[in-house]
Amino acid sequence: MSNTQGTTGLIGWIDERFPLTKSIREHLTEYYAPKNFNFWYFFGSLALLVLVNQILTGIWLTMNYKPSASEAFASVEYIMRDVNWGWLIRYMHSTGASAFFIMVYLHMYRALIYGSHKKPRELLWIFGVVIFLCLMAEAFMGYLLPWGQMSYWGAQVIINLFSALPVIGQDLSVWIRGDYVISDATLNRFFSLHVIALPLVLIGLVFVHILALHEVGSNNPDGLEIKKLRDNKGIPLDGIPFHPYYTVKDLFGVVVFLLFFAVVVFFTPEMGGYFLEHPNFDPADSLKTPLHIAPVWYFTPFYAMLRAVPSFAGTQVWGVLVMAAAIFILFFLPWLDRSSVRSIRYRGWSFKLILTAFLVSFLILGYLGALPTTPARTTMAQFCTIIYFAFFFLLPVLPVFEKTKSVPERVTWK
Amino acid sequence: MKKKILALVLLILTSLSSTAEGEEGYVLQKAPIDLYNKASLQKGAKLFVNYCMGCHSLEHQRYNRMARDIGLTDAQVKENLIFTDAKVGELMRNSMPKSDAKRWFGVAPPDLSLIARARGVDYLYTYLQTFYLDPTRPFGVNNAVFPNVGMPHAIWELQGWQKPVYESGSSKSGGDNKVISGFELVEPGQMSTPEFKEAIADLVNFLAYVGEPIQLERQRIGVWVVLFLFLASVVFYLLKKEYWKDIH
Repeated sequence: MSNTQGTTGLIGWIDERFPLTKSIREHLTEYYAPKNFNFWYFFGSLALLVLVNQILTGIWLTMNYKPSASEAFASVEYIMRDVNWGWLIRYMHSTGASAFFIMVYLHMYRALIYGSHKKPRELLWIFGVVIFLCLMAEAFMGYLLPWGQMSYWGAQVIINLFSALPVIGQDLSVWIRGDYVISDATLNRFFSLHVIALPLVLIGLVFVHILALHEVGSNNPDGLEIKKLRDNKGIPLDGIPFHPYYTVKDLFGVVVFLLFFAVVVFFTPEMGGYFLEHPNFDPADSLKTPLHIAPVWYFTPFYAMLRAVPSFAGTQVWGVLVMAAAIFILFFLPWLDRSSVRSIRYRGWSFKLILTAFLVSFLILGYLGALPTTPARTTMAQFCTIIYFAFFFLLPVLPVFEKTKSVPERVTWK
Repeated sequence: MKKKILALVLLILTSLSSTAEGEEGYVLQKAPIDLYNKASLQKGAKLFVNYCMGCHSLEHQRYNRMARDIGLTDAQVKENLIFTDAKVGELMRNSMPKSDAKRWFGVAPPDLSLIARARGVDYLYTYLQTFYLDPTRPFGVNNAVFPNVGMPHAIWELQGWQKPVYESGSSKSGGDNKVISGFELVEPGQMSTPEFKEAIADLVNFLAYVGEPIQLERQRIGVWVVLFLFLASVVFYLLKKEYWKDIH
């Protein structure tokens, strides 16, 4: 008995009814990836690993967590103290949240330096940006669940942003909260969205992200299209099968990642107040506003932009719009970057300059967003916000004077 | 050129790191935390149930978990540390109703299970030593770390009463500002100052334990996990190298 895949026995029986061997071949053993992936190419698979970690630890946390304003805080401490290994599951989840953003930010920066968002990978990039948006929503809602002071007041500040929108703002923010203030109703719906709706969407998006990747093939540090040069069997000359080569390489990456992850989980789970903020060990109190409300580190660059924009014409909506624009402008990146060269290796100094300025401004914004404001800091944040946007507006005009280097035929090992 | 850029960066950074005015300035003392010191934890627990627990609960901490972790038996805890009719497996709650507490103190005394994680141990260590006489306050005391705090000086029997010594400095805003530079004991308590300092160290040590009872166990396990992952990373590196040797 045989079939189109040439398999027999049980596998053959399955292959006649389900594309098992076909899928394994298409996506692993006969999916050809460029052979010159470097350090930057670990973060996609690591982000996927962290997603799995979040889902598994999340399932176990949900077994003991109580999504009610009167019980939530105590139930988290119950997990930390009375549930067997509950502390480990909770720290893996809280550290995983930060790790997710670290992986995703590095993954996005990789795309930026090697031009992975460019044709024909625009849709792949767009799926990625939607994942990023979805992840932000997921993290924001998850942060309310421990029901600490920062959970409560952080959510209060962010949801109030919606009320700055003209006409519908007030009603919209009440609709989101399900109440006039953050309350039990808000906690319940955020719990529902955090554990069911958004993870479902995330998994679906990750699936189409990978599907799109396997359709167009991976970019590489040289920014070459490896499908152009093939041997007589049609296999790309610079391509190697994903399995076993990149599965063993990514496994090594996974172990090294877990090493760093374990150091945080076991030795510094609060990460100096950045992964678990100190005020969040105080239970939520609607009558006691903390002196300084800071979002978790992964939101601080955008929060800094929000605060940097002054209110104008009697409304503070401009900050909200700038913050939203800072994220939504990412969707247009594939069309803003008009250079014919993909990789930073073969681009001119002007691109390296604006990219560095962009990176530095983003990091400074992240630093500023965690601090209380002073006039000097606000000026600095305004300056960095301008640099952030300038990057996107300079990209289209760059090819006019940018001197790119000649791109080689075959991939290199740098 | 590079030096100029560096100088500029430093200038910007210093201008950014200057803190906003109005932040409390009393310098915190470093708390000598040692969670391996079971004698200290036991003394801290004793101080807590005797002097703090009338008002402050540890509502996430169980008596028997505490017993096990700080080296006491359940019987010892029942005899010496439980003053209510609570069973040894119960949470360390107190019997003060929140509504009454709010009426008496302005705010209900907070639960202290996580206070060491919320405020930090140095804060607690300094706070508990810096209550001073201030006739303008309802309980006649104020605090250097937490100005105008609603809490009375609960451990005055041990420390005695102290009054502040001011250093007249000028505040950043230019106005005349009295800064507390130290304290002077006006009425001694049952303990000498070094004894009291040690007692507070024990109490804060105990609260540091209560904040996260698992922390020593967590670190102990962590050493093995990290060691295992380190060895695994070597093995996986060699595996990768073996597979990749035919790729050029």
